[in-house]
Amino acid sequence: MIEFLQQLINGLSLGAIYALIALGYTMVYGVLRFINFAHGDVFMIGAFVGLFAGPMVMRGFGGQPTWTGAFLVLIIAMVACAILGIVIEKLAYRPLRNRPRLTVLITAIGVSLFLENFGQLPFVFGPDPQSFPDLIGDHAITIPAMFGPLTDLTIMVSQVLVFVVTIVLLVALRFIVTRTKLGMAMRALSVNPVATSLMGVNNDVVISFTFGLGSALAGAAGILISIQQPSIDPLMGLQPGIKAFVAAVLGGIGNIPGAALGGILLGVIETLVVGYSDVLHIPPGYRDAVAFFLLILILLFKPTGLLGRVEREKV
Amino acid sequence: MSDPGPLLELRDVTVKFGGLKAVSDFNFSIRHGELAGLIGPNGAGKTTIFNLITGVYHPTTGSIFFEGKSVAGKKPYLITKRGIARTFQNIRLFGSMTVFDNVRAAFNMHLRHGISHALWRGKGFRKEEVLVSKEAAELLDIFHLGDVRDAPCTSLCYGDQRRLEIVRALATHPKLILLDEPAAGMNPAEKTELMELIRFVQEKFKIAVLLVEHDMRVVMGICERIIVLDYGVKIAEGPAMEIKHNPAVIRAYLGVDEDEPTTPT
Amino acid sequence: MFERSKFTLLASIAAIFVVSRFSSHIGPYYYDIIISIGINIILAVSLNLVNGYTGQFSLGHAGFMSVGAYTVAALTTAGTYTVLPRLAFLGPVVSISVYFGVSLLLGGLAAGIAGLLVGIPSLRLKGDYLAIVTLGFGEIIKVIIENVDALGGSRGFSVLTVYTNLFWVYSIAALTIFVVLNLVNSTYGRGFLTVRDDEVAAEAMGINTTKYKVLAFSLAAAFAGVAGGLYVQFKQFITPEGFNFMTSVSIVTMVILGGMGSTAGVVLAAILLTILPEWLRYISELPSLPAWLVPLLQNQMIPYSILLIILMLTRPQGLFGVAAVKRKPA
Repeated sequence: MIEFLQQLINGLSLGAIYALIALGYTMVYGVLRFINFAHGDVFMIGAFVGLFAGPMVMRGFGGQPTWTGAFLVLIIAMVACAILGIVIEKLAYRPLRNRPRLTVLITAIGVSLFLENFGQLPFVFGPDPQSFPDLIGDHAITIPAMFGPLTDLTIMVSQVLVFVVTIVLLVALRFIVTRTKLGMAMRALSVNPVATSLMGVNNDVVISFTFGLGSALAGAAGILISIQQPSIDPLMGLQPGIKAFVAAVLGGIGNIPGAALGGILLGVIETLVVGYSDVLHIPPGYRDAVAFFLLILILLFKPTGLLGRVEREKV
Repeated sequence: MSDPGPLLELRDVTVKFGGLKAVSDFNFSIRHGELAGLIGPNGAGKTTIFNLITGVYHPTTGSIFFEGKSVAGKKPYLITKRGIARTFQNIRLFGSMTVFDNVRAAFNMHLRHGISHALWRGKGFRKEEVLVSKEAAELLDIFHLGDVRDAPCTSLCYGDQRRLEIVRALATHPKLILLDEPAAGMNPAEKTELMELIRFVQEKFKIAVLLVEHDMRVVMGICERIIVLDYGVKIAEGPAMEIKHNPAVIRAYLGVDEDEPTTPT
Repeated sequence: MFERSKFTLLASIAAIFVVSRFSSHIGPYYYDIIISIGINIILAVSLNLVNGYTGQFSLGHAGFMSVGAYTVAALTTAGTYTVLPRLAFLGPVVSISVYFGVSLLLGGLAAGIAGLLVGIPSLRLKGDYLAIVTLGFGEIIKVIIENVDALGGSRGFSVLTVYTNLFWVYSIAALTIFVVLNLVNSTYGRGFLTVRDDEVAAEAMGINTTKYKVLAFSLAAAFAGVAGGLYVQFKQFITPEGFNFMTSVSIVTMVILGGMGSTAGVVLAAILLTILPEWLRYISELPSLPAWLVPLLQNQMIPYSILLIILMLTRPQGLFGVAAVKRKPA
């Protein structure tokens, strides 16, 4: 039972990361009907922004890990990634707005490959993994004795942080999407772009905003995962990127709560499959295949995802 | 000679999309070689009926029979193979192909020579290719499109593209052809030509024609029988004269006089 | 009366045979490139059948290549002491040819079956979804191979022989082109094009779109498998990582550069994109080059990705492709 709870905690923590990245995919798909292949690499850039900003910020706080310093790095990474996302959209995707979707998809692949390989150049990040600075002085929380058997659980401060930050960001996102004008414009755009622009909305601004928002969340995810797993490299966005996309599809692509749900689910399932690999007779080497397996299942049986709606083609 | 029965029959067909009933308890039949028209205000469910007949949608309840055999729920290409062809409201030609190839592509379902023959290219294959090309050329000539046969189909003018769609549908050797708003976007002269074309198709190829159309002159001019739909329900059926004076039809199209008790239109 | 396409094919194979007799005169570096070009032609032309002519976007072609590669590697290794000696009565050249040929056939068959298994569930999806699912299947194939110890897992698999030569590669390339062109230029094959242009209209014209999609997919997979078999008996060493998403993207780039739906364009693109990294490497080694430029040229993915982006922005139809009809903004 304790074992299960431990796996659950680890899975939720991983799932929160997937959820943050998945939100970016789903929002962009919602407004543009296209899969931003480069999104996972924005996540990676977030981590590297933290790599460079972290020591600078910590120096300002006397070289010690502090909560304030950590949040500052988080904000810096989110802003940097938001800008990156907006720039990519403007340069590479906007000129192709009216072209067949496949054209933009291929461009996105190009951007993704470029970011990954450019990052591997020696004068950029270099191909080798680097150590992420310890921003918060991570350690396991001591569970008070009154919780009895629960004291055997290992809960890291970083895991709690990931969870708290994710929830805060989700709440903030929900507020933006449901209570602000820009959020309403985003939702309108995802239903009918032409009508939206006829209502006086500047579609380009809303799309830029969507990209910025999604990229900021990916940047946050980059920082959060690096706090937990301090080894970062330019290709770190590949697997989480694809998995987060699976999570978005799982929840229903274009559906924001769906992306969060899908992310959490995927994180938990993946962790449980690996944690119980001996019982399930699935070798742990198949960890990465879990997401693809789920993807295929979902696309075969419920392609609109858990929370998605059916879109009919007009004949 | 015994009566072969209706060619196509829809019995108590209902289609629901989520909570919305697009078509309710629709009963309809068309005989061999008959020219019928389906009319109704926008959103009445006319194209839905077409999509039902051709297998794009499946009826929620009810049955559809073609030549006595059920076709409800079958895949569209199988229904075409049974002998039902159609054109589309928004022209759907094969954009990358020439006029000639658009028609030749429709002979695909008649082929007796499959993949291995396409590769090996024996005598039988070559003969069949020649036959396909010959018949496609003949069809195009009948409809005065023979001269533009090698032009990309997208270069044709609107009226010619519509005609090409009809030729392409005829290439499938149908017993029933469904025309979805064939007169849309045409001027009066073109519409008159179209009316003659449709009558010609019916007589020369001896096939039944079911027409969805908004232009009353066209519908009244050629249809032997007219079915009127409103909100997915059949509200009238009969020859043109009757339909013209049917109060329910007039109400559906024109609405009610302010002094009369209101009914939703 | 000799039918034209078969005649061209046989004549080409005869010419290839003659040329291959002189292959010993080609230096090893250039020989390597020429073989690679041939293998890439097979990969690109076969993928073009799916992506170009049938309009289905597959991003997992490398997965099928790996199925063929590992099948041929396993067969040619396992049969060295059991099967090969039994063919010795045919003489050294013929026995190896038969041995290799049958292995390639089986490799292609295995890949074709894999294509069938992947295609049947996946091809009901369209556009982006199909792309992602094929990508996913490519990754799954990779993970499965990595977990099979008998195939060497992630450490890789070596073969001791080099059966691939100019004749094999280019004859098969010619055959691939023959198959694709003959298929597409027939009434039967026009079905592929209708699926690309308008699936709804195709179905309405009596064309079984699912059959065509699965057929194109499996056929292309089979050819990719054969290409994989040629590859392993050339490089002698394969790893699952060598058939990853990047490899699939490289092949897709050739199809796009060539112009989807133009076999000639795709052949040309395969040649250009095989030579490109070598040319870039040559430039990067020039002494007069500024130092910062060197790593940019040596990592071939960087020029690749920039090429992809620029291509999509300026000429998405590639070299010989037809410009797609512009989508209406609504």
